[in-house]
Amino acid sequence: MADEPLVLGIETSCDETGVGIVRGTTLLADAIASSVDEHARYGGVVPEVASRAHLEAMVPTIERALKEAGVSARDLDGIAVTAGPGLAGALLVGVSAAKTYAYALGKPLYGVNHLASHICVDQLEHGRLPEPTMALLVSGGHSSLLLAPDITADVRPMGATIDDAAGEAFDKIARVLQLGFPGGPVIDRLAREGDPSAIAFPRGLTGPRDAPYDFSFSGLKTSVARWIEAKRNAGEEVPVRDVAASFQEAVVDVLTRKAVRACKDEGVDHLMIGGGVAANSRLRALAQERCERAGIRLRVPRPGLCTDNGAMVAALGAEMVARNRPASDWELSADSSLPVTEPHVPGQTHDHQHQHQYPHDHDHVHEVAKDNLYS
Amino acid sequence: MLLLAVDTATPAVTVALHDGSSVLAEESQVDARRHGELLLPAVDRVLAGAGLKPDAVTDVIVGVGPGPYTGLRVGLVTALTLGSALGVPVRGLCTLDGLAYASGAGSPFVVATDARRKEVYWARYADARTRLTEPAVDRPADIAEAVAGLPAVGAGALLYPGTFPDARGPEHQSAAALASLAAERLASGGEFLPALPLYLRRPDAQVPKNYKVVTPK
Ligand SMILES: [Zn+2]
Repeated sequence: MADEPLVLGIETSCDETGVGIVRGTTLLADAIASSVDEHARYGGVVPEVASRAHLEAMVPTIERALKEAGVSARDLDGIAVTAGPGLAGALLVGVSAAKTYAYALGKPLYGVNHLASHICVDQLEHGRLPEPTMALLVSGGHSSLLLAPDITADVRPMGATIDDAAGEAFDKIARVLQLGFPGGPVIDRLAREGDPSAIAFPRGLTGPRDAPYDFSFSGLKTSVARWIEAKRNAGEEVPVRDVAASFQEAVVDVLTRKAVRACKDEGVDHLMIGGGVAANSRLRALAQERCERAGIRLRVPRPGLCTDNGAMVAALGAEMVARNRPASDWELSADSSLPVTEPHVPGQTHDHQHQHQYPHDHDHVHEVAKDNLYS
Repeated sequence: MLLLAVDTATPAVTVALHDGSSVLAEESQVDARRHGELLLPAVDRVLAGAGLKPDAVTDVIVGVGPGPYTGLRVGLVTALTLGSALGVPVRGLCTLDGLAYASGAGSPFVVATDARRKEVYWARYADARTRLTEPAVDRPADIAEAVAGLPAVGAGALLYPGTFPDARGPEHQSAAALASLAAERLASGGEFLPALPLYLRRPDAQVPKNYKVVTPK
């Protein structure tokens, strides 16, 4: 065990400043500072507020993680950091911190992909990932179905949302119902007391000609909002619990149906679910039910590891070290739309094959790009 | 004593090493969009050029702005992380003070840097070492009276000749000047600022339409 890589991981892609420390597949520390309360009054994550909070929290969170893990920074085998995708300014704080920390301590640096980290974190909970693994990642920022034959080198997009992320739909419906931000936990709670079949909300992209693994939650969102509005206009009381339950059922029905279908089509017998929405109790229950029926083993990390955190970055970093993947170099940039097909960002000096794939100044090009790089 | 000074509050990404009596090495690149990519390699080259390893650094000095936030944070988080990793103090200096020091001026003048959005960050000085006003952010036209008749240094002054008719160099921040100023202050027991950013503006409290969507459409 002691010869497994000891890695510190830094995550700042959205509103959580996370620093985790792992040894191989063992979690040693998971320190988090969240700015979610500062965003609540705006009803969503404000990038500049998040970036300011990351700067304030960065060093204290690193120091807290080291203390929690009871290890010395000198003993680390590497520093991993989310290089993308995410909010550009927020990512930049973490990437700059990770580079400096690695440089000052003389350790290798691994810029890794946020989505691959969400998958790899399950190693800390359920041991090594089977190869391949099918992964459903659902959060406020992503809704993707990914096939991962090798989490350090080969992650393939099967499908993704064509409009809103699943978590975003939860937040928006919570806003319409005046339940506050973030919307996921409160809708989950109210839905338990409601009837999921009370209102037949639409299941997006489930027609025979629709893309089998893509998602769409925009139509559902509009439909729910209109339904609520009609009730209000008619002077009737809105049955909040039934709306929450029926909306949630529509989301998790589509997510689990498509994920199980992807597993069957690809002959994969493991499904991993990650991201903040994986904390949703109905998603977990329905996924369990459908996986059991299809003979698929379901792996869902505990809720604290599903939301953004540093441990997931450290978990993927440790895998990079264990598999001798090339380190990143000091020019590593924060890439707000790092494609999911790049689980990490090897340095140009280490790997000339990748020289043309990582131009230094492509960051703002992606910012204005119209393409959804996941699809 | 080995001071490492960094400043990313302006388009310049600038790094210098100072041993308490003179500047040992320095490097500056002007590129307003790539602070994150450029800073650490520059730190590496400056240290390597002086034949030193990171753990030789005894003090980290950082320009705390004011400056455009994204770039400004790169210097601050780098300085703070370096300080934590090496167990050495991190001291802040106002970025405008570095430009003032570099000007060598002996009589009253103004420092102005580009704050974007048609504004400048600025302060008035009695001489190269003495700031008279708190750093502020304003539209050039609104401060024309306050700076009338004074020579002005910095890129912000050069950008707005209507307000700053007597604009001159230095245009860009230099960590060498910042390090020299820091060495002087350390020797005389002078004060430093905490290593916290001078934003001067509240954050834009606007939630982007597709917030958290990491693949912009
Ligand atoms: Zn995430």
